[in-house]
Amino acid sequence: MANPVTAAAKATPEPVAQKIRGLSDRTIAWIFVAPTIFLLLAVNIFPLIWTIRLSFTNYRVNRPNNDVEWVGLRNYERILNDPDIWSTMQATAHFLIWTIVLQVLIGFTLAYLINKKFKGNDLWTTIIVFPMMLSPAVVGNFWTFLYQPQIGLFNYVVAFFTGADPSSFSMIGDVNLAPWAIVIADTWMWTPFVMLICLAGLRSIPDSIYEAAECDRASKWRQFWTITIPMALPFLMLAVLFRGIENFKMFDLVVQLTGGGPGNITTLTSIDLKREAFEKWRTGYSSAYAVILFVTVFGLAAIYVKALNKVKER
Amino acid sequence: MSAFIIGLLRLRRGPWEMLASILIALGVVMLMQPFLLGLFTYSFIVTLIGTVMFIIVSHFPE
Repeated sequence: MANPVTAAAKATPEPVAQKIRGLSDRTIAWIFVAPTIFLLLAVNIFPLIWTIRLSFTNYRVNRPNNDVEWVGLRNYERILNDPDIWSTMQATAHFLIWTIVLQVLIGFTLAYLINKKFKGNDLWTTIIVFPMMLSPAVVGNFWTFLYQPQIGLFNYVVAFFTGADPSSFSMIGDVNLAPWAIVIADTWMWTPFVMLICLAGLRSIPDSIYEAAECDRASKWRQFWTITIPMALPFLMLAVLFRGIENFKMFDLVVQLTGGGPGNITTLTSIDLKREAFEKWRTGYSSAYAVILFVTVFGLAAIYVKALNKVKER
Repeated sequence: MSAFIIGLLRLRRGPWEMLASILIALGVVMLMQPFLLGLFTYSFIVTLIGTVMFIIVSHFPE
């Protein structure tokens, strides 16, 4: 039976075959890479350039027949002088800082415990990882039930430990508690992700280093600070980078849980941006808003990757 | 400190990247701080200068 590759080669028309035989390795490589580059340009770079262009206009996507006026930097000026957007940035900062701190602390602790060899280790890992497998919309939905003042389990657990009346407080209805409600739900959902990254870091540390430390009579505490933490640090930093970028863009979980309320207290930047773009239909204005967020995330990611490389070089 | 300034004058990557990183971090802090609206207003330009500087100076020699 003829080899299918040979058969296909024989079936190639002679002029085409001659052309292919005459191509250099570099050209063939470019032929393979070109579709991906084209796709990247079409899907990533073109929309980015188009957004930057729109940010200098008063374009509204729901009024395509209106004249598009070049407004220069007016959109940027209005955004950067708007106290509502300023408070949205503060809500995002609160969410970002607390979710990262809690997820790293709890995630690393869980990874440290799971890394110890004990019976049922794999079962516990699966149970802990479970929240991460759910859709953010589902998580948002059932946390709204957990936070219900009358029937919510969360209120009853808090009441059990504090003695307060379960129906005396509402996590998603109170302006002081709502920012924490979204932090808790996100931490519950994404701590397993941080735990998995930390676990990979902890498992990459060779046992021989700990054995050498034991021979030098180093205490467990000293081993933790001089071996475990420095060697797991690149993984921890990677987890912070991933969660930082993801939480800066957080949308679905918070929309489902609080819808940005009460008032605007949990309106994060991505929720506000969506409202400007697809509820108020201020396309030019929202493009400028998106560019500001993009530059911020890009800048942060750049310095973070630099720091990560430095840690890896050590 | 003097090594840092000499590095800047000789267009070396390390000190320039450090300066760009400081500008980016400062811009982000200005963007998210809850104290002065004026700082928020100028946060974007600081972050933008830092980010563009970072992209350019990452091509400087070590």
